[in-house]
Amino acid sequence: MSVTLEMRRGGFLTAVARAREVGLFAVLAALVLATTMIDPRFLGAQGIKDILEDVTVTALLCIGETIVLLMRQVDLSVSSVLGITAYATGTIFAVHPGAPIALVMLVGAAIGAALGALNAALVAFGGVPSLVATLGTLYVFRGAEFAWVKGGQINATSLPKDFLALATSGIGPVPYVALIVLALIALAGYGLRHYPGGREYYAVGSNEEAARLAGIDVPRRLTLGFLSCGAFAGLAGVLFTARFGTVDATAGTGMELHVIAACVVGGVAITGGVGSVEGAAIGALLLAVISNALVSLRVPVFWEQTIEGALLLVAISLDLVISRRTLALMRSDRAHG
Amino acid sequence: MADALAPLRHWEVAIWILVVAALTFGNHLSPAFLTADNLGNLAANLSEIALMALTSTMVIIAGEIDLSIASALGMCSCLLGLLWSYGVPMPLCVLAAVAAGALAGAGNGLLVTWLGLPSLAVTIGTLALDRGLAFALLGDSAVADFPTFYTNLGFGAVPGTTIPNPMVLFAVLAVLTIVVLHATPFGRALYAIGANPVAARFSGLPVARYKFLLFVLSGAMSGLAAIVYTFRFSSARGDNALGFELPVIAAVLLGGVSIFGGKGSVIGVIAAIFLVGVLQNALALVDVSNDILTVVTGLALIASVLGPNLAARAESRLHRYRRAAGAGEEQPQRENGR
Repeated sequence: MSVTLEMRRGGFLTAVARAREVGLFAVLAALVLATTMIDPRFLGAQGIKDILEDVTVTALLCIGETIVLLMRQVDLSVSSVLGITAYATGTIFAVHPGAPIALVMLVGAAIGAALGALNAALVAFGGVPSLVATLGTLYVFRGAEFAWVKGGQINATSLPKDFLALATSGIGPVPYVALIVLALIALAGYGLRHYPGGREYYAVGSNEEAARLAGIDVPRRLTLGFLSCGAFAGLAGVLFTARFGTVDATAGTGMELHVIAACVVGGVAITGGVGSVEGAAIGALLLAVISNALVSLRVPVFWEQTIEGALLLVAISLDLVISRRTLALMRSDRAHG
Repeated sequence: MADALAPLRHWEVAIWILVVAALTFGNHLSPAFLTADNLGNLAANLSEIALMALTSTMVIIAGEIDLSIASALGMCSCLLGLLWSYGVPMPLCVLAAVAAGALAGAGNGLLVTWLGLPSLAVTIGTLALDRGLAFALLGDSAVADFPTFYTNLGFGAVPGTTIPNPMVLFAVLAVLTIVVLHATPFGRALYAIGANPVAARFSGLPVARYKFLLFVLSGAMSGLAAIVYTFRFSSARGDNALGFELPVIAAVLLGGVSIFGGKGSVIGVIAAIFLVGVLQNALALVDVSNDILTVVTGLALIASVLGPNLAARAESRLHRYRRAAGAGEEQPQRENGR
């Protein structure tokens, strides 16, 4: 009896979570359809390529940010980490034009992980709240980059053609960078869902004290979470350079709140324990589609932010309604079941 | 209780000492630093951040956060400019700007208190929304033909001194905030709410109403800061005060206010604002670029929490060591962090 109840409840919760992603996808599909009817080029090869190019960097940042948000923490420093590795990528190629691309990506991720380790140390061992710690490192990293780069700039001409081709060419309309990010989303999503370590992120964010009592090593989870977030941001910096070609010390400035917004629109709860990497990526995709659709529909581009903000508010309000209803259903389940 | 507040008091004293040290340091760097003209200029540049930090202090003490303040400033500034360009009398434009800010704040407050949504998420949403509305109001254009009387109010100084006018406004509001926060039931209630909202509600405090009021005040302050900004630069544009939210939050936290609410004071925050301002100005005078300052601000922000944490940990370890040597009792650990 109680077993079936547990199963029903679990099944119901999963169904709700899935409904959230399905709902988001429906909005996305409706938007794409409506825009395509008005401007058929929107869904043409070039249109798809534009959207995917726009979304890759944000989606990559969303993977790491989701892991951190799941633990009921936040990482505001991702944009500054991206800035550093974006410029580092250009510098590496300027010094060693023949450097293997995969190696540069690894180096970018490693630099990001090292910077993430600093956040991890502050949060997990220094007891500094993540909002304060990463707001601090947002400034420290960016300031350090400015001091390093000064007025310098990386130009596309000093980057290898193969490297730039990662963003400009691909399979059909899908650029290689988008494929890389897609693979990482699938990998991270699977890991979070099916590995004990992945589930621990949810446990820590749902109830840290309970997680600790259940034997989860919370500081270790926090450390790994901020490390991976840094690594993803580091890799995002490498792809940023591939995508834009021109990079200066301001690369990525102000992206942190946009990334969090994308995650939240995608169903990741800022209060921890709820959400998925796939959802966050769809959130990022939705925002990118909106921004491209506005161009296609010849709507002045500044409405984009208004819509992004309104969408975020609608998304979190809906989440609340759904979770309250779920709770009520679970209660009545317990009472009548 | 007195013991629990000890590290906080230390930080407030420490940060004022740092301000004095920074002033001395500035004087060393350049003879042009400790001049009335330069200090006036320094203060004028802090106007909007200082104003918004006052209400942000209250919001954070009550355990919430408002990231939409700078976007609300942009929106109010654009509204002010738009109404003026339509020929609306200036006093009405000014009133409309404050009202619009209060309205935006009320929206945040409703979502937070009525729906029970986390303020971090809500105000990231309205950060985008308000900024979008700012651009929707004025597009890419700017309104700049404000009457000299008003721009002089924003740009000018108190007659016979170099104290910028906005700083007078700030001084008045700062005193008001100190009184409200530290000497009225409303202010004391904010600490109780921030420290433990559930306990506060069970003690009969109108938690939701007070939080709503805080967001309205925060929005209205953005409106006021918008007026100052617009007149100071004689320009209403969509990107006014873009990205000012994080410096404001950083100043509040650097001033010793706990991000978890319930702790902090206006005095510490004012010190933090001036510390950053003084360093910025002093370094600029000797042509040291802003980068170093950015790093210093970030480090100071981290140190403001990490320092007391490590001190508390060392203290409790020492206690435990002594107890172990003596009675061997367990000493409860106290930390400032998570």
